[in-house]
Amino acid sequence: MRKIVAIIFLTIVGLYMLSLFAQIPFGKPYKGVSEHYVEKGIEENRGSNLVTSIVVNYRGFDTLGEVTVLFLAATGLSFLLFSCKCLREFKRIRSSLVLRTATDTLFPLILVFGAYIFIHGHLTPGGGFQGGSVIASGVMLLFLAYRKFHVNHKALSTLESLAGISFAGIGLLGLLYAKSFLANSVLPLGQWNKLFSAGVIPLIYIAVGFKVGAELSGLIADMISTTKED
Amino acid sequence: MVFFAASLLLIFIGLYAALVKRNLIKIIIGLSIMDTGVNMLIISLGFVKGRTAPIISLKELFKKGTWLVDVSKVVDPLPQALVLTAIVIGVAVTAMALSVVIRMYSVKKSIEIDDFKELKW
Amino acid sequence: MAELLQYFMLFLIVLMLALALFAVKTKDLLSAVIASGFISLVASIVYLYLQAPDVAMTEAAIGAGITTLIFVITVRKTKGKEK
Repeated sequence: MRKIVAIIFLTIVGLYMLSLFAQIPFGKPYKGVSEHYVEKGIEENRGSNLVTSIVVNYRGFDTLGEVTVLFLAATGLSFLLFSCKCLREFKRIRSSLVLRTATDTLFPLILVFGAYIFIHGHLTPGGGFQGGSVIASGVMLLFLAYRKFHVNHKALSTLESLAGISFAGIGLLGLLYAKSFLANSVLPLGQWNKLFSAGVIPLIYIAVGFKVGAELSGLIADMISTTKED
Repeated sequence: MVFFAASLLLIFIGLYAALVKRNLIKIIIGLSIMDTGVNMLIISLGFVKGRTAPIISLKELFKKGTWLVDVSKVVDPLPQALVLTAIVIGVAVTAMALSVVIRMYSVKKSIEIDDFKELKW
Repeated sequence: MAELLQYFMLFLIVLMLALALFAVKTKDLLSAVIASGFISLVASIVYLYLQAPDVAMTEAAIGAGITTLIFVITVRKTKGKEK
C-alpha cells in the first residue's frame, strides 16, 4: 500500500519536474549575470580562479551565511550528543599496524596539502572549503588509527571563533575603507597569476579554511567519542 | 542531457527511499543520494560542451590586448560556486540528522520508524 | 578518444544508478552506507568531466570520506539491522 502511494506520488512529481526542466536550455551558451562574472572577473579581482572570485567576493555575504549554517549544525550536533550517557557499551577496537604506520606517514603530508589548497585558492582549483575538508579527513584518519586519540575542544572552538571573527572583520574593513561590506579594495589588487594578488580574497579563504577544518574535525570528534570520561 | 536524466533518476531513487523505507538510517541514505542528484543537476546546467574550466591561467583565454576574458571559451562558474558550499552544508546537516537518530536509539533501542508511535493520532 | 571518454561517462552513470538502487534495496545497512559513499566517489569523477574541478575536490574529500565515516559510526552505535 505504502509503496503504491509512493510510486503514484513519484510519478506525479516526476511528470511535473520533467515538464519544468524541459524548458531549461541545457548545454547552450549562458547570458546574464554569469557573463559579467566571467568577462570582468579578472579585471575586477585579479584572481585566476573565477569560482573563488564568486564565492568570496561577488557572493561573499552568502558564504558568510553558509559558514554560519555550518556552525549552527555543528553546535546542534554537540548539544544533542552532549548528555547521551546511554552508549557506554560502545568500544573502539584496536586498529591494525598497517593503518597506524600509514597514518603516521600520511598525516603531515595531508595537513600540508590542505594548507596548500586553501592558500592557493585564488590561483588553482581549491580553496577554503576543499582545504578544510582535506584537513578534517586527516584528523579522521588519526581517529581511526588511535583508540585513545582526543582533540582539544577548547582550542578547536577558539580557532573557529577567531577565523569567523577575522572573516567578518575583513568584511567590516571593506565597509570602513571602501564603499560596501566585503569590498575588495582594501588591499592592492596586484598582478594576475601571482601568489600575492587578488586583494583580500586569499585572506578570507584562509579564514574559511581554518573555520571549516576546525568545524568538521569537531563534528567527527563529537560523533566518534563515546562518553565524556574515557 | 545524459547527466540531466541521470541526476533526475538519482533524485527519484532517493525520494523513493525516503518515502517507503522504515529504517531511519535508510531514510537518511536516501536523502544523501538525493543531495548528490540535485548537485549534479545544478552542475550540468552550467556545462557547455567543448569549453574549459573557469580557471583562467592561460593567456589564450583573454580577448586580445585586454584583461577581459573571452566568454565563449569558459563554462559557467556560477552553479559551481553554489554547489561548492551546498556540499559542505549537506555533510553538516547529515551529521545532525544522524545524531538525532543516535538519540532516538538511546530512548527506545530501535531505529525502526514503526516503534515511535507516541506522536501518532 | 573523445568518444571513448563519453562511453566511460555513460558507464559511470549506469554504475551510479545501479549503486543507488543497491543502496536502497539491500538489507545490510553497512553495505548500503558503503554504496552511498561509492556514489559520491563516482560523482566526483563525473564533476571532473563536467569541468568543475573545485566541486570534484570537495565531493571527493567530503562525500567519500567524512560522510561515510559518520554513517559507519552511526550504524555501529545503533547496532543497526534492517528488519
